[in-house]
Amino acid sequence: MSEVRRFLADARMVAARDLRIEFRSRVVVGQVVPFALLVLVLFGFALDADHRTLRTFASGLFWVAVLLSALLAVHRSAALEQSEGTMDALRMSGLPPAALFIGKATAVFVQLVLLEVVLLGGLLVLYGVQVVDPALLVVAGLLAGVAVAAAGTLYGALASGLGVRETLLPILLLPVLAPVLIGATRAFDDALGAVAVDGWAWTGLLAVAALIATVVGALAHGVLIED
Amino acid sequence: MAGRDERPGNTGSRGSRLLGCVALASLVVLGVLAFFLTGPDVRLHPTTGEEFGQFDAVRMLYLHVPMAVLMYASFMLCAAASVGVLVKRTPWWDVMAHSTAEVGTVLCGLVLVTGSIWGRPVWNTWWEWGDVRLMTTLVLFLLFAGYLALRRTTTDPRRQERKAAVVALVAVLDIPLVNRSVAWWENRTLHQRSTLEELKIQDLTLFTLMFGFLTFGLVVWWLTLQRFRVGWLERAAIDHAVGSAIAERRSETSADELDAAIGVTDEQAGEASP
Repeated sequence: MSEVRRFLADARMVAARDLRIEFRSRVVVGQVVPFALLVLVLFGFALDADHRTLRTFASGLFWVAVLLSALLAVHRSAALEQSEGTMDALRMSGLPPAALFIGKATAVFVQLVLLEVVLLGGLLVLYGVQVVDPALLVVAGLLAGVAVAAAGTLYGALASGLGVRETLLPILLLPVLAPVLIGATRAFDDALGAVAVDGWAWTGLLAVAALIATVVGALAHGVLIED
Repeated sequence: MAGRDERPGNTGSRGSRLLGCVALASLVVLGVLAFFLTGPDVRLHPTTGEEFGQFDAVRMLYLHVPMAVLMYASFMLCAAASVGVLVKRTPWWDVMAHSTAEVGTVLCGLVLVTGSIWGRPVWNTWWEWGDVRLMTTLVLFLLFAGYLALRRTTTDPRRQERKAAVVALVAVLDIPLVNRSVAWWENRTLHQRSTLEELKIQDLTLFTLMFGFLTFGLVVWWLTLQRFRVGWLERAAIDHAVGSAIAERRSETSADELDAAIGVTDEQAGEASP
């Protein structure tokens, strides 16, 4: 039991460190969130600002904006370990790689939830959508956030240390997140009353994706930070 | 390797040349069987008497289905070799994982192209977004395209072999979805269930399909063999380049300078020498 408690304390410490750095540097709040809102606005321009079209496709546009912005957040999270030999220090610290993974993924998750909340506000104001099933919206948003954060942290660690991280990360990460994009979009379609689908069934798929991404990430992280 | 051509950089051997010739001849025979000797798929409607079926488009399936099965086999071999990389950490497994992934990705691309060509007359569309198997196959292709992109990030494959193994093992999680999608999401696919499992085909049609499996089995074997040897030579070239650089650097430095560099004094050096 004490081992579990120590593991969670380690993970909490890493998450708190990443969030503290973010709180001080405000990269996500100052750059990633405005970028996500910008993407929403650009979709509006591209679709000729037609409210009905925007409402119909709001869920898909929302999740594409989340994924594109998540790339920036993940990139930032991985970059934190690259400066001033931080990763070497972490390797030497004896911190379990799985705890490091869970901590970093938790920090990314918290940032993604913030991003989703702001973007949802954007959908309500700019696209004029209405929330029909708030519980479904929250559960699907959180589960998709876990899946994106876990897969993102895994692939962020994988691409870090390579000279071409900026271009490689999207190529590796986006296909892996394709099922999450599909599931989250369908669940939001139902929650926003855009399309008559069983949103809770798609939320089940999101739960499976979140579980797989977290377990695989925790198991594989040790291998990735060794190199 | 017995029979290996001794010219530097050559990947051929007597056995692999023979294998390549047999594979090429089989491809020609398969082409003749699929496009000339077998008949088109034409059936008569039991009540109206109208002709229906896939007509000449069915010929594409003699290539498409074996390529899809061999694609699965290549990716599964890649997964097995990736486990080998993580457990054994020897170059053999890594070169094997890279080779099978590359061959599998080429096959996956061909499966998508031949499927699209077949789908135009039969489904009346080049691409069907709602089809689960098409989507999962496309995702599989993109996952392995990412894998190959990762492998190209550095000229020294040893730097990212374990990372590549993790990417491959995550990517193959999509294979059960591709394979079982037709059964799991029956109403979300235009793909038919396996006609082979239900024994709906026979005679020359069945023979041609089986011959297709054999032919593409040989082609994949030959391609993987060649790609493996190229990968092995690349490794040897890198090792040779590193070894040459070290030897060259050593030849530029005298023994005394070397001793001084590693902190050995003249007395210690004298004691050590007989």
